[in-house]
Amino acid sequence: MQQIISFLYKNKLFILFLLLEVLAVLFTIQSHSFHKSKFVNSANFISGGIYDRVNNFKEFFLLKKENQRLSEENAYLRNLISLEAGDSVSTDVLVIDSLRHKQKYSYTAAKVINNNYRKNNNYLTIDKGSNSGVEPDLGVINSRGIVGITKSVSNNYATVLSILNVNSRINAKLKNSDYFGSLSWDNEDYNVVQLQDLPVQASIYVGDTVVTGGKSTIFPEGIPIGTIRDFKTQNNRYEYINIGLFNDMSAIGYVQVIKNFDKLEIQNLEEKSTNE
Amino acid sequence: MNRENISIALLFIGLILLQVIVLNNINFLGYINPLYYIWFVFLYPVRKDDASILVLSFLLGLIIDMFADSGGINAAATLLIAFIRIPVLQSVLGKRELDYATMNIFKLPFSKLLAYVVILTAIHHFVVFGMEYFKWSKFGTILLNTVLTSIFTIILTLISFTFVMRKR
Repeated sequence: MQQIISFLYKNKLFILFLLLEVLAVLFTIQSHSFHKSKFVNSANFISGGIYDRVNNFKEFFLLKKENQRLSEENAYLRNLISLEAGDSVSTDVLVIDSLRHKQKYSYTAAKVINNNYRKNNNYLTIDKGSNSGVEPDLGVINSRGIVGITKSVSNNYATVLSILNVNSRINAKLKNSDYFGSLSWDNEDYNVVQLQDLPVQASIYVGDTVVTGGKSTIFPEGIPIGTIRDFKTQNNRYEYINIGLFNDMSAIGYVQVIKNFDKLEIQNLEEKSTNE
Repeated sequence: MNRENISIALLFIGLILLQVIVLNNINFLGYINPLYYIWFVFLYPVRKDDASILVLSFLLGLIIDMFADSGGINAAATLLIAFIRIPVLQSVLGKRELDYATMNIFKLPFSKLLAYVVILTAIHHFVVFGMEYFKWSKFGTILLNTVLTSIFTIILTLISFTFVMRKR
């Protein structure tokens, strides 16, 4: 016993070092599993607050781009309204009558206060949290296309797992057919992501549009992602398919968080049928 | 609270803010950001059997990780160089035991200081990028990132050392 205590005492620095190092490695491993990075993330009061302040300055330089994007979106929405002109005059859009019209998704506007796009695992931080109804695992988009999926949520902030993250997998399909695959990123170029597991019978051409698949409860079907830039077939399967993103991931200003009201119902149903 | 503790606390906070607000957004040549915050480890007074540097450098790395959403990568790397800095200093100076009473990092000859800074920075950066990519197939990328970012960090560190030395 005496010897053990004196051994511990002699090597106390090394033991402290070892303990802290193991802790750091645990934090690192934990941050890679999707739901568990509770302690070390930027969705907390201090780092969220600092990023918020810093972003107030940075935002100024993005104003021009952001305005252009907004006017594009305005034009798009005006086109939508003009297509349904007859309807929108006679109905009051503010009344949501769930008997006549069931709302499936709700959108919450948020501002990106921190954005990474140069690393291996990229995250964004947004300025809306559980106080505004943001939960983990919700889709995040802007008018040009998808941005990512929320991960950790605090009261006023949330982190978003960017599509530019080697751990991210998002269901995607071709716009002109129903073949689907999953979207991943190989950390080469922040404008290019990869579509994987697309069956070879799906014929694709350079320039084809890829949209979200609607096979998951996170994104609605048909949110734009990008166009096929190049691909290679080998051994009767697609070796790789590169997709040029519509979004410029280096300049993301405002985003919308999508909440699916049917998510719980769908998940419960799926769980029930797998358990049977 | 004596004066030394206050200046260390200010350095701790100042380096974190500098790193997360300014240096993480430099993106030199597209992706190179100096990890200048490890200057804390060089500047922290060298004492015998000192546990405080281990705890402080772990916390420093962890806070940087918190801002960068990188788990515990910076914490692990900074803790490692804090632990090995005295053995490295001993081997750079060619002494078996340091003379802690007269030891002053600012009075080292430039070549020794350079070797000390280069060794610790390279180890730190290698651990950071190694843990970030964590794949054999990315070994080239890890080495390239380590070398380029190290050069950037070392230049910044040496510039700040000369500034501080001139003031004394």
